[in-house]
Amino acid sequence: MTGKTFKISAIREGTVIDHISTENTFKVLEMLNLKNSGNVLTLGMNFESKKLGKKGVIKIGNRFLTKQEVDKIALIAPEANINIIKNYKVTKKFSVEIPDMINGIIKCANTNCITNKESSKTRFHVLSRKPLKIRCHYCERVVGKEDVELI
Amino acid sequence: MEFKNRDIISIRDFSKDEILHVLKTAKAIERRPNPSLMKGKVMASLFFEPSTRTRLSFESAMTRLGGQVIGFSEPGNTSLKKGETLWDTIKMVEKYADVIVMRHPVEGAARLASEATRIPVINGGDGANQHPTQTLLDLYTIQKEKGRIDGLNIGFLGDLKYGRTVHSLAIALSHFRTNLYFIAPEALKMPDSYLEELDRKGVKYYEESDLLKYIGKLDVLYATRIQKERFPDPLEYKKYAGIYRLDKSLIPHAKKSLRIMHPLPRVDEISPELDDTPHALYFEQAGNGIPVRQALLSLVLGKMK
Repeated sequence: MTGKTFKISAIREGTVIDHISTENTFKVLEMLNLKNSGNVLTLGMNFESKKLGKKGVIKIGNRFLTKQEVDKIALIAPEANINIIKNYKVTKKFSVEIPDMINGIIKCANTNCITNKESSKTRFHVLSRKPLKIRCHYCERVVGKEDVELI
Repeated sequence: MEFKNRDIISIRDFSKDEILHVLKTAKAIERRPNPSLMKGKVMASLFFEPSTRTRLSFESAMTRLGGQVIGFSEPGNTSLKKGETLWDTIKMVEKYADVIVMRHPVEGAARLASEATRIPVINGGDGANQHPTQTLLDLYTIQKEKGRIDGLNIGFLGDLKYGRTVHSLAIALSHFRTNLYFIAPEALKMPDSYLEELDRKGVKYYEESDLLKYIGKLDVLYATRIQKERFPDPLEYKKYAGIYRLDKSLIPHAKKSLRIMHPLPRVDEISPELDDTPHALYFEQAGNGIPVRQALLSLVLGKMK
């Protein structure tokens, strides 16, 4: 079975997250909190991929992702693609992309940042994507991927 | 260029033209003081952390323009002790004042405060992050003394790792054609994130630990205090504290026109024997806080354009 056949075959409505590098697949699954969701869920890993070597695929029935979830996937697995399935057909396909501004999904790594002291939405300016460098809108601390903690 | 109702939170929010406009306004105010410009206006001075220079110079700036000042100089007697959030404090103060000047020990506090209110917020220091009015007065001092900023060789000395005035000034200078010399021991060198920012902007800079190597090139030397509280080990502090002491022995190596700046307070980085030489610019620099802060208050309240 090729990855392509696999990803578009089975669900009627929902989302297929494709081209996740294998090691990030579980992280995406965990972030979307699918464990107890009750949605039909198919997980594939170690499919051959020209681009990634090995890739993972997640298919979720009757679930469409919010912008925040897509942004989170971009941070965890920047190589991923998202397919929206309606009536067994791919109606929309796009690559995830880290936005210029990341709102409300990352905790600031600076413990003395106001966003960690007083409840307020976090915001980060993206300075570079490869390697990832972001600056907190509030405390202006610059951090890399290793310090990114999702909310 | 619209400054009315604008918040002054970070030097990163300023374009080169905006910086030059503030400096021009400060010069105009210094030349022709207007003691009734702010008549009827109230400045809230909210110092959640003690400060001498910044608070006094803001309060003096407002008073000399005919405005009124309300506020507190430390949070001890305020409702913050009762657990009020910064957000709520600002919402309340908004009803009592036309502009807020604040210092807070937490980084990002000023930005958050600016989002809580419609009246302009001026950041007088937020933790280790920003102190934009200090940076603007530093630039004003350089421009006033040297007649320009472009083309100068500017040295930074001492604690370049933790010194927020150094970080902000270097970022501000990246708008100009200057050569920057960062002189510090390895343990206190300029953080990589700032050097990367300068790289992105194509700024020419040099890093060195020996002051004598570049002293002869410098037009301005910006000295900083090595802060005791940054070192958990007192012996470690002692190792660095006396590492650069500027005194008269420096003069033969320096240009006649070298000017020494310091955000103050100094401890022993600059010997008092330099105070009476033409090289000393630090007290003048502190004094420049008045016209620069007057300019900012006048601009954000729409009293000057």
